[in-house]
Amino acid sequence: MSLASPVKKGYVRPLDLKHGRVDMGHGAGGRAMAQLISELFAGAFANEHLERGDDAAVLPAPVPGERLVVATDAHVVSPLFFPGGDIGCLSVHGTINDLAVMGARPLYLAASFILEEGFPLAELARIVASMAQASREAGVPVVTGDTKVVEQGKGDGVFITTTGVGALPSGREIGGANARPGDAILVSGTLGDHGMAIMAQRESLAFDSEIASDTAALHGLIAAMLDAVPTIRVLRDPTRGGLATTLNEIATQSGVGMELDEAVIPVQPQVAAACELLGLDPLYVANEGKLIAICPADDADRLLAAMRAHPLGERAARIGTVTADPNAFVQIRTTFGGRRMVDWLSGEQLPRIC
Amino acid sequence: MKYVDEFRDGALAAKLAGAIAREADPGRNYAFMEFCGGHTHAISRYGVTDLLPANVRMIHGPGCPVCVLPIGRIDMAIRLALSRPEVTICTYGDCLRVPASDGLSLLKAKARGADIRMVYSAADALALAQKMPEREVVFFAIGFETTTPPTALVLRQAQALQLANFSVLCNHVLTPSAILTILESPEVRELGTVPLDGFIGPAHVSTIIGSRPYAFFAEEYRKPVVIAGFEPLDVMQAIRMLIRQVNEGRAEVENEFTRAVTEDGNLKAQALVSEVFELRRSFEWRGLREVPYSALRIRAPFAQWDAEARFGLEFVSVPDNRACECGAILRGVKTPTDCKLFGTVCTPENPMGSCMVSSEGACAAHYNYGRFRDVPVVAGTTR
Repeated sequence: MSLASPVKKGYVRPLDLKHGRVDMGHGAGGRAMAQLISELFAGAFANEHLERGDDAAVLPAPVPGERLVVATDAHVVSPLFFPGGDIGCLSVHGTINDLAVMGARPLYLAASFILEEGFPLAELARIVASMAQASREAGVPVVTGDTKVVEQGKGDGVFITTTGVGALPSGREIGGANARPGDAILVSGTLGDHGMAIMAQRESLAFDSEIASDTAALHGLIAAMLDAVPTIRVLRDPTRGGLATTLNEIATQSGVGMELDEAVIPVQPQVAAACELLGLDPLYVANEGKLIAICPADDADRLLAAMRAHPLGERAARIGTVTADPNAFVQIRTTFGGRRMVDWLSGEQLPRIC
Repeated sequence: MKYVDEFRDGALAAKLAGAIAREADPGRNYAFMEFCGGHTHAISRYGVTDLLPANVRMIHGPGCPVCVLPIGRIDMAIRLALSRPEVTICTYGDCLRVPASDGLSLLKAKARGADIRMVYSAADALALAQKMPEREVVFFAIGFETTTPPTALVLRQAQALQLANFSVLCNHVLTPSAILTILESPEVRELGTVPLDGFIGPAHVSTIIGSRPYAFFAEEYRKPVVIAGFEPLDVMQAIRMLIRQVNEGRAEVENEFTRAVTEDGNLKAQALVSEVFELRRSFEWRGLREVPYSALRIRAPFAQWDAEARFGLEFVSVPDNRACECGAILRGVKTPTDCKLFGTVCTPENPMGSCMVSSEGACAAHYNYGRFRDVPVVAGTTR
């Protein structure tokens, strides 16, 4: 009589989330990959679409008359963890914001992970948990995904690309080409927080009050703004390149100029101090939870009030006016009393030395 | 920001602007050169010229360390990094984009596989060498007298530690010899060609060398010098002091930046610098060509940490683009918009000449901050 097989049917040793590391097997398409997906990703993102385990998610059609909006965003931030957030929540917020600034309701996300061999599973679990939390809080589920593993030295720990789908109500036309001379320019809060949080971490700069990233999903704020002022013409999140770069993009798209008032542009004192130290201009530093809004001047006060009534817009400010200018120059009246241009960033913003 | 915002106060600026307008003689023109890129940047960044009367003109000088670095010196670093895989070049961020030969820059050489890293200080480069004993770490040192003492310090530390994998490629240059070159240039000497009524003297450089070295220019060339801090109110105050000197027929060295600059400067730093460095007989500057006794090299006892000696590096002079007017712009003979290349083939993304390289350069400052002044004011501008 043969003995019972020692193989326990259906038993798989759980992932070692304490000391384990990503290895090439986790991307090879076999059992190890299936295990990584089921134990790490599926649990965290749990939803009916993901649980079906198919190659793609099957989603209901939008309400008749609504249009689909799609956005994708790759995240390669270093360090992966920073004050105020990590690459996980950042990758959720970034794509949701890209949909939201079009005026769309974000509905679903897809996520693709490129993992570097040797990356600690514990850190991956932390990132995935943060992503899942951000997605739950935003009410936008991750419905499909993909994982690849690259050899050590060929990645930077984790790269995450998220793609989002949203629905745009009929009649809503928001876009960078819609700014008109005379319109008011508003921002939803202090500028440069995310970029400085990252740079302070990279350069081990210590300040009395820590600089935290502003990473946040903006669709709630935007919904409140559109309820109050449906005439908003332009919405955009000033991420890489900061306020200056984003305003130049809008000015070029719309064929207009802009005139800003430096004195009323909100910047946290510790961010201003860190910029001063590194020779950077906060207008060019990245944000991940702020937006620029452009609306007819007559609606600006109402829009500002709606923004300030929302927790993500408490420090909103009206910072300038759209002008008629075929050169599409963005100009600023300095606190000092002079004028200058706020130009496109050339190359990377590098600290001055002298 | 405390202790900074006070020097950028708009109300005080308006008062000073009023005083300058009252004191400037409407019957004459004033042309002052701010030597330092730091001043150029402050003037452009805060729109200082908007607060000056039309007959007061500012000429942007050559005091931008990145701008005056000749192509040949950057070529040395790039060649070294590309030909020796064990070499890591460290330098200040500004240096990375300076155009060199073959369409390269340090940043582009990095994309071709060279190990090039940005550091915030000479000390960071030394620390990197200690952290990576298997790499040959070379600090590409640039700058005027301000950045020279920190380089001297790391060379002394490397000697004390007998650090075998660290060296410095020294490009440090001297302010007074550049001012002298400008004063000796034919356009300035031949009276009337280029009016130059005085200098705003360097801020940070003067904290090291003191105010004394400028006395020569005031006495020999009858040019007033006012040393000023890098904040916009400092600049305004210095302009007012220069106007007064001109009006009263004086040519003296005055110090607006007394909160940091003394007559003697920082003697400890000066001693350190002369222990480690000696004068080069001649050094090429972008825009000014060869300038005698205008730069420093590492003294023989430190030869082991001198990258030029250690790797047998040769300087090969590379001429600037022929149409480039940087030299004339640096001497105040021309303005950026006089140059055919300005804003066409020469832009901050793709600089041809030195003045477009760093935001402290005359052309880059005008391109980034001031080019709206070159087009007629458009009707319909609100407010």
